[in-house]
Amino acid sequence: MKVRVDPERCEGHSRCHALAPELFALDDFGNAAAIGDGAVPPGLEEKARLAAANCPEYAVEIVEDAE
Amino acid sequence: MSDSKPGSGAGPGAGSQAAPPAEAGAGAQTCPVSGQGGHPAVERPPVTDWRTDWDHLDPRWRDNPFPIWDELRKGPIARTERFEGAWLPTRYEDVKAIAYDTEHFTSRRIVLRHRKYEDPPLPAPPITSDPPEHKAHKQVLLPFFTPQEVGKLEPMARRICRGLIDDFIADGSCDAAQQYARHIPVRIIAYMLGVPVKDSDLFIRWIHEILEVGIVDDEIGKNATKAMRDYFRHHIALRKEGRSEAEPDGPEPDLIRVMMDGSLNGVPFEENHVLGTLNLLMIAGIDTTWSSIGAAILHFGRHPDDRRRLIEEPDLMPTAIEELLRAYSPVTMAREIKKDVTMGGCPMKQGEMVLLSFPAANRDPAMFPDADRVVLDRQENRHGAFGLGIHRCVGSNLARMELRVAIEEWLKRIPDYRVDGEVRWSDGTVRGPRTLPVVFG
Repeated sequence: MKVRVDPERCEGHSRCHALAPELFALDDFGNAAAIGDGAVPPGLEEKARLAAANCPEYAVEIVEDAE
Repeated sequence: MSDSKPGSGAGPGAGSQAAPPAEAGAGAQTCPVSGQGGHPAVERPPVTDWRTDWDHLDPRWRDNPFPIWDELRKGPIARTERFEGAWLPTRYEDVKAIAYDTEHFTSRRIVLRHRKYEDPPLPAPPITSDPPEHKAHKQVLLPFFTPQEVGKLEPMARRICRGLIDDFIADGSCDAAQQYARHIPVRIIAYMLGVPVKDSDLFIRWIHEILEVGIVDDEIGKNATKAMRDYFRHHIALRKEGRSEAEPDGPEPDLIRVMMDGSLNGVPFEENHVLGTLNLLMIAGIDTTWSSIGAAILHFGRHPDDRRRLIEEPDLMPTAIEELLRAYSPVTMAREIKKDVTMGGCPMKQGEMVLLSFPAANRDPAMFPDADRVVLDRQENRHGAFGLGIHRCVGSNLARMELRVAIEEWLKRIPDYRVDGEVRWSDGTVRGPRTLPVVFG
């Protein structure tokens, strides 16, 4: 699983960072981006989904691994 | 909470001056344009039909707007001839679509008035800014409001809360709005701006005059706005002489200095811009969070199960905060229609206004299951309490911190209490309890 933040949609609500600081970092203006390549370490999948489900701008995307 | 129905005239076709019944169909996408003339500025006839004659300054809206919004959500975007013609979306999707559409809707006017007496209105960047300037107007402020920066103010917020509680806890009761909630955000924003915290009562008075009295009495609102601008002019002049009355341990730079040094494409911000932003920071930084804190204390006073659950399960605090923000969203904004546009079948004309009710959107059951119930562990919560789109509240991280700390400190010292007496709500577009009598134990 990977996470991605669409920089065009992100408005800096910082909900993703609050819910999953292991996965999302904020820049100097408070806008979010996925940490590293966005790969979600095992055990953090639920946090990733929660972050996506709480973004008011639908800026957080989840890319599930292909089986 | 939504235990009462809107006034007797709120139902479709009710009331002697209601719109033609043809426009009353629930869910119909016919628009309730009545074309009647506007009401005189001073008169406020009671609302007879919320779909065609809504008025957010009606006491029924102030005391319990939820059933009104529930009814309006079933029909097309509501219309009123008051305020020189205005629209009221109440569904989440409609509110969001308008918030996103900066081509047809301008933010240059964000308050509904009986008549648009200012042309052009005084700017208060970035909230009154449109693209493309909006981004730069906002970016100058954003670095001072990130979660990391706001976190540095948390010890101060705790000190303020504890000091306030010390002052009334022995009494066994207090007015939680007047003696607690209202003093927290004002002191922090004064500190951040770089003005004396002891002037807080002055700021609270101006804001009351601008946001509550000023929406029905233009003169009082204008005078308070001018007094606030003169106040900041004075503090800018002091800085130009190398002096300031900022708190000795205050931030460096403070927000007055940040705005004095601000520029766009190498051109320094004009005085009108600087004063507009400073006024905005003070107004937006005080009444809004005060309202949220009060509503949270009211909720936990009336819902002891939720209160006990949060005390026993403090890990719920992050979702609980978001849920309180959703269910008791304090802030309603407005937009002016810049270009004719049709939304949900409604023909919106240039120069008319839209009341953008994020509080109504946040109670839309199509977006939030069990929308009228506070669910402390709600998992999916894309609420728009801080706005949606480019005008997301600059101070949202600060507001969240203040709300969380205010609740934590209150519940630590006053885990048992109940509301005892009449709760009085604010007038206008920032909704929160202004009188909140509680008894401890």
